[in-house]
Amino acid sequence: MNPVMIDIPPGGIGMPNLLSRYAECTIWLARYMERIENLARLIDVTETFVRARSTSTGWLSIVQINADDERFFERHEVASEENVVGFYVIDRENPNSIVSIAHAARENARSLRPLISTEMWMHLNMFTNAVSTLGPSDIRASNLSALCARLKQDCQTHHGITEGTFYRDQAWLFYLIGRNLERADQITRLIDIKYHTLLPSVAGVGSEVDIGQWAAVLRSAAAYHAFRRTVRGDMTPAHVVGFLLKNDGFPRSLSTSLRQLYWAVGHLRTDYGLKNGYAAAERIEELRATLAEQTVEDIIVRGLHEFLDWVQRELHLVQGEIARAFWPPAMPAPPANSAPDAGFSQEQSQS
Amino acid sequence: MSDHRGDLGQQDAQQGPGLFVSYDTPDFYCELMNRRDPASASLTLIRDRLAHFGLTELRQRARVAEADLYNLGITFTVYTDRDAIDRILPVDLIPRVLTAGEWDHVERGVQQRVAAINHFLWDIYHERRILKDGVVPAGLVLGNANYRPEMEGLDVPGRVYVHINGTDLVRDGAGNFLVLEDNARTPSGVSYVIENRHMMLRSMPDLAVGLDLMPVDEYGPRLRRALTETAPAGVQDAQVVLLSPGIYNSAYFEHVFLAREMGVPLVEGRDLMVENGRVFMRTVAGPRPVHSIYRRLNDDFLDPHVFNPDSMLGVPGLVDAYRRGNVTIANAIGTGVADDKAVYAYMPRIIRYYLGEEPILSNVDTHICAEPEGLAYTLANLDKLVVKPVGESGGYGLIIGPHATKAELETFRASLLADPANYISQPVIDLSVCPTLCEAGVEARHVDLRPFAVTGESTWVLPGGLSRVALRKGSLVVNSSQGGGSKDTWVLAS
Repeated sequence: MNPVMIDIPPGGIGMPNLLSRYAECTIWLARYMERIENLARLIDVTETFVRARSTSTGWLSIVQINADDERFFERHEVASEENVVGFYVIDRENPNSIVSIAHAARENARSLRPLISTEMWMHLNMFTNAVSTLGPSDIRASNLSALCARLKQDCQTHHGITEGTFYRDQAWLFYLIGRNLERADQITRLIDIKYHTLLPSVAGVGSEVDIGQWAAVLRSAAAYHAFRRTVRGDMTPAHVVGFLLKNDGFPRSLSTSLRQLYWAVGHLRTDYGLKNGYAAAERIEELRATLAEQTVEDIIVRGLHEFLDWVQRELHLVQGEIARAFWPPAMPAPPANSAPDAGFSQEQSQS
Repeated sequence: MSDHRGDLGQQDAQQGPGLFVSYDTPDFYCELMNRRDPASASLTLIRDRLAHFGLTELRQRARVAEADLYNLGITFTVYTDRDAIDRILPVDLIPRVLTAGEWDHVERGVQQRVAAINHFLWDIYHERRILKDGVVPAGLVLGNANYRPEMEGLDVPGRVYVHINGTDLVRDGAGNFLVLEDNARTPSGVSYVIENRHMMLRSMPDLAVGLDLMPVDEYGPRLRRALTETAPAGVQDAQVVLLSPGIYNSAYFEHVFLAREMGVPLVEGRDLMVENGRVFMRTVAGPRPVHSIYRRLNDDFLDPHVFNPDSMLGVPGLVDAYRRGNVTIANAIGTGVADDKAVYAYMPRIIRYYLGEEPILSNVDTHICAEPEGLAYTLANLDKLVVKPVGESGGYGLIIGPHATKAELETFRASLLADPANYISQPVIDLSVCPTLCEAGVEARHVDLRPFAVTGESTWVLPGGLSRVALRKGSLVVNSSQGGGSKDTWVLAS
């Protein structure tokens, strides 16, 4: 059950007392880097949909999934590719754009510089400098796929450097908590985008276009080959959704993210005596049980979108429990730099 | 190595013979090319090695070094409404070299000065003997804006007030080291000393090879030890922290650097709290005690209960905890009275008064206009002197005689006569120069030197210090905000 990658010497090591502010910034750093990677995946898969179907509703679904309708339509009249991609990649006024999230990631990393490795900082510094120079010509349709690939790769480089250089103590566990919270949240959005895209044409379920689109979802989550190799039978919506939600071997599935999340919170308690993580652990456990108890068919019949929405709300509550436990409200208001937009998670989870 | 030499040889053929061929040996004291004493063998070796570089090669290395500093984030940050702009402190690849003998002199001089400053601070916040004996005018100290009544009668551990001191030195035309200014509050720049060395050894390995340079890596551990030694009495295993105003402070890089080198948490005011006169930091395991605080925050911002009530950066109740002896603050509160311009003029007398010794490092010759002889001399030589008001900082309200018009001199003469006690005067110093890579080639630029002294149970001086260089031709201003850069300072061990 224990993932091998997350090795911490028994008994815990390192600085005995992690500053609360460091813990908070670590979670946000991990979340933002994971969020950039997933936003790149969302843009990439949407581009694939749109290319195949010659329709423009696909771009609107990203806006809906991120609950950014209001902010987006204040600035743009139509959800064209140019507008949506611009809004999510280079718009500095949009706190949920990649350039804004990268900036927020760096501000958190700046606060964490006493803690993170020089190599982590150097890469983040170069990455965010590069992102901040992106302009309209970088997001033209012909460049978009390459740009998404590059963004994904930079985030993965960050994960790799972190895995290879970040000291294994409480901060590492908070980093894993942030990464897995975000990853769990984002896989539900990736599945949901397919729901949104298909909604106007329920008749298309099971058609060739439909199957091609589910394959694109799998590819954008780097899941296609693993799916082919391990799932017997056709590429039905239920099989694909089941794989992305419940497969314990796939690193981006909801069940894997929740398992690692639970593991990291548990080790804060067992290795460092941080008993306060109890409420968060309990909530994660319930979430895992709810996921395990149902078959994917049950979930789809009861309403896939509603289920995904509920998962997002639960994850938001988990983040709240962690905040209460480790940076309690007796402290002054959360740092201004901890989120590009205070309402971001809240808005998203209630979409 | 031999391959590399071959490359350089080719470059030389294109560039003409050597880096210094058109270097105009100036009338100033030049740290590398025009020393008045017989140069040491190592110094000659460095000069010969440098002469073998081509200009193109040196420029290429400078570009790589600059990109390196930027990517590593060894920067100070300038914030605008929209962006955080990171700027590097330009580093020149030609080092500033001090011989073992020169360093011995500077080191002893700095130690002496720090000892005198600590005696002085204890005295003025306790018995005030030096004021009663009339060595320093009482009004100058007690009426000083940086005098803190909160410090009266407080016994700080080891009587150390100034744990970290930066002494700004210049060299005159004869190569004598002179103290221009003491920095006894929160002197900055030490991170550049250490990072410059790392960068130089990466960029110029062939220049440094085989030389016996005194290392600079010890600063962090030394500082931590000093802060542990001066922790409140009876504390075992003292928790040291560095208190920073946060990421928006332009010196934040240095705060991070020092916290890492010391291996202690970098905290902001909001990370600390005071309960029952004791200081705690907020951790994921709850509040944990703090014993020694290296603060990079000015006095005014430390505690909104006592100083600036609007400060969001400080810690409410910190001064109370300090006065109860439960926490050490480094540097102590109220040290600004010792590095004041007016008190500076009295520093040679302060050294003699407490230590019974002659100053090892001289002040720049200073005339105190509060004294009749000083005033008379200043008035008679106004066109040759720099006259500074003592209360101001940042160069406001001063006049440089040789650069002033007759009318300006007359206006100034009137203000001087109206309030002589507000002024001191000094001769214009011909600052020493160093060969420096500039737009047009290698040229002479003025430099100063800020050695850093760390004081716990004893005083240790980081070998070398920050050499700042005025990159504008003829400029005497070395401040980074005004086109200044820096150089690595090499102290030869033998």
